[in-house]
Amino acid sequence: MEKRTMSMTTGPITVLNKDKMPVVKEQDVVPFRNRVKEYATKIGMGLVNQTKLITAASELVRNMLRYGNGGETLIEVVSKGRENGIRLTFTDKGPGIPNIDQAMKDGFSTGKSLGLGLPGTKRLVSEFDIKSIVGQGTTVVVTKWKNG
Amino acid sequence: MKIEISKMLQKKKKQIIDLWMKNQMADATLRDDLISNEDLRSQSEELVDALLKKLTDENLTNIDSADFDDVYEILGGISITRARQGFSPRETGTYIFSLKDALLTILQQEIKNDPAQLYEATLKVSKLIDSFGIVTFETFIKGREEVILRQTSEITEISTPVIRVWDGILALPIIGTLDSARTQVVMENLLQEIVNTGSSIAILDISGVPAVDSLVAQHLIKTVSATRLMGAECIISGIRPEIAQTVVHLGIDLSNVITKATLASALKHAYSILQLEVRKKQLAQNSSKTN
Repeated sequence: MEKRTMSMTTGPITVLNKDKMPVVKEQDVVPFRNRVKEYATKIGMGLVNQTKLITAASELVRNMLRYGNGGETLIEVVSKGRENGIRLTFTDKGPGIPNIDQAMKDGFSTGKSLGLGLPGTKRLVSEFDIKSIVGQGTTVVVTKWKNG
Repeated sequence: MKIEISKMLQKKKKQIIDLWMKNQMADATLRDDLISNEDLRSQSEELVDALLKKLTDENLTNIDSADFDDVYEILGGISITRARQGFSPRETGTYIFSLKDALLTILQQEIKNDPAQLYEATLKVSKLIDSFGIVTFETFIKGREEVILRQTSEITEISTPVIRVWDGILALPIIGTLDSARTQVVMENLLQEIVNTGSSIAILDISGVPAVDSLVAQHLIKTVSATRLMGAECIISGIRPEIAQTVVHLGIDLSNVITKATLASALKHAYSILQLEVRKKQLAQNSSKTN
């Protein structure tokens, strides 16, 4: 008999809902966070995961404002197998990150911050992906599963 | 023969107003509950008067011309009073745009025989009235923005109260997001109040802060450090379970700060530092037996 290893989160990711939002000034942070919260509540994400996602979103959007001069965010409701989640994409056209490994280390910061933004965010979400080209910009994609 | 549009329209002023009023009366969106027909007519007459008085064939194509300042002023006034009366921006917009219909009908009657010239005149008049419509919207939005700005400054002012809960104990409930500007206000108020009251303990309550990210945490740590430099101890209270988990995952080190789950336990801790005790009043045993 064929052996099946079906878990909750296998299979292709399908996008159920898309929402684009530009973030160019500090006043945009709170509305963006509220929008993320709205979607997270809509798919029934628990309070702890919701807070983690919102905090991660807040970190990344602040990074984008501070180092990338603002950019575009994309909120997507995604599903994979039986699991639903929120996927956030942050795209900026800033200077880019020359050394991603270094940026992902705890306590490293080129600004005067705690240096926890990127590594901390990675610990808060289920999936984390960062791509950066120096001189062209940075794209960060994070996914938080409802029960992940 | 070239027809002077402005001269022609000026001659037909009475007709324009009548036609415009007729159009408005026929419109389904007419709000006779908000404005009487007499007021509407005098408002419309004033606008047409001002417009036709200043209209020449030169400034017809130049919507930024200073000649129209009077018209723009009247338009702004109409937009604001209508907004106050409860008209929606759409209704005000429709009101201005219905003037275009009246003007175009007159143009059509007058320049029937020359389609090329009619087209040109129509285009010019349309552009002018469109720009008038935009002015009413701009004024409307400007009015709204002023309200928002006033509210914003009011919120910043009222959102950082420093409360003296006990002799030597200050409490500062923080509600909303802690950004750099807010932190500055919070810190200034708190430090000043510490000096004014000679308090030795400050409680920062973050129950009303929706999310604690690394920036907020950094601001909190800075506030705590500054308070300590003033010789006072700082307690952070109102840490909700989900916030605690998030802070741990983010890797923020708050171990040097005294933190409590509730304002009550923070106050209790403050009492114990000041060696105060809160007790239930004990009734004398004798008095209770006499009953």
